[in-house]
Amino acid sequence: MAPQIEPSAGFKFDNVKRNQLLGDKGYKLPTATKTGTTIVGLIYKDGLVLGADTRATAGPIVADKNCEKIHYLAPNMYCCGAGTAADTEFTTNMISSQLALHSLNTGREPRVVAAMTMLKQHLFKYHGHIGAALVLGGYDSTGPHLFTVYPHGSTDKLPYVTMGSGSLAAMSVFESRWQPGMSREEAVEMVKDAIEAGIFNDLGSGSNVDVCVITKGNVEYLRNYARPNERVEKEQSYRFRQGVTEFYAPRAARRGQDTAEMDTSA
Amino acid sequence: MASLRPGEANLGTTIMAVEFDGGVVVGADSRTTTGAYIANRVTDKLTKVHDHIYCCRSGSAADTQAVADIVKYHLDMYSSQHGEAPTVKVAASLFQEICYQNKNNLSAGIIVAGWDARDGASVYEIPLGGSIHRQTFAIGGSGSTYIYGYCDKVFRVGMTKEQCVEFVKNSVSLAMTRDGSSGGVVRLAVITKDNVERIFVPGNMLPEQYLG
Repeated sequence: MAPQIEPSAGFKFDNVKRNQLLGDKGYKLPTATKTGTTIVGLIYKDGLVLGADTRATAGPIVADKNCEKIHYLAPNMYCCGAGTAADTEFTTNMISSQLALHSLNTGREPRVVAAMTMLKQHLFKYHGHIGAALVLGGYDSTGPHLFTVYPHGSTDKLPYVTMGSGSLAAMSVFESRWQPGMSREEAVEMVKDAIEAGIFNDLGSGSNVDVCVITKGNVEYLRNYARPNERVEKEQSYRFRQGVTEFYAPRAARRGQDTAEMDTSA
Repeated sequence: MASLRPGEANLGTTIMAVEFDGGVVVGADSRTTTGAYIANRVTDKLTKVHDHIYCCRSGSAADTQAVADIVKYHLDMYSSQHGEAPTVKVAASLFQEICYQNKNNLSAGIIVAGWDARDGASVYEIPLGGSIHRQTFAIGGSGSTYIYGYCDKVFRVGMTKEQCVEFVKNSVSLAMTRDGSSGGVVRLAVITKDNVERIFVPGNMLPEQYLG
């Protein structure tokens, strides 16, 4: 007879205390790729605009210079992710699949509050160990909706929001310029400026601006809407002249290449 | 007891509820903080859990939202199965059960208030440990410590609805100016037999007081 093994739901916290102890004693615990990020969202006259920078970092290293942080949830819903890159990716993917099944079951377009509730209940269950900080936006039968979702599972509903390490820089743009009933052009421009505030003033954010405009029955995903960090052409050529690198003649000779004798005694 | 984890949204708060003949007035500030940053300056900490029952949330935003959602679910089930609205006592007992059973994992201080056909207006306070206290008026959250004396001095039994609204507005706004974790606007709800009236007091329209 095969032993019965109960499938366990969610994480197991058995090793948390041990790991804490090891960490305190100086054992270096592995770290996940965090996206020091600027993500924003704002509601305007006909819908809402989401925005994100495109830098992913692993400690002090830029792991990806042009990553995608605006994730697909449903045809009428997108979600910006900050925090642990893997967690935002998997959380949004999973909720996206559940939303697809949900709308197939109900025969309706999914509502933004449904996605928000699923996200918060999932994150709350994991006590903040899933490091996903999200800006959720979408347009459903009840109009445009914009939410922030924190890793511990709390949510806020606001007309303009920012998250991630660049959120302070981005919020300063919104707080000084946002007003109700803005046009599409004004909204997109302000989202771009907010993300650029993060890109330029926050070390964790950088590279390009991604924008997503969601209106009734329509989504425009503007990948790399702005590229404020384009590499310019070098002012000088840094190519070395041929034949200036020293090498040992015998090795080159072995490969049967045509080599010039060089003085390697210097 | 659970303390706030790093990065967790906190409702360092001032919340309040007062009974009057025929209803209750509930009030709260609007500040949500993550560390030193104000994550939301216009938060609504007065959460509807049934038609005539509201709760005021203080502590962890995630915990109190989760608890309020669970209670809301149970009250919806209760009213559809019994064909009548739950009493405020039932709602408060549900909150207490959840807060007490999970006291080691939650940081949630909640005031439940509302009107029902059996007891009329009532206010219940459920502080951190999960005990329950029926009170004629209740204050809670970090800001409440600054206004215990004021509230005890000013409160009178048998105040009218209008007097209660003023009492809550004045008390919350006093706490907001002395407590760094409270601030923003004052949100109020007047719950009576017939309806729920929401009142919004902007930060620049708060009652006059000494500001140094």
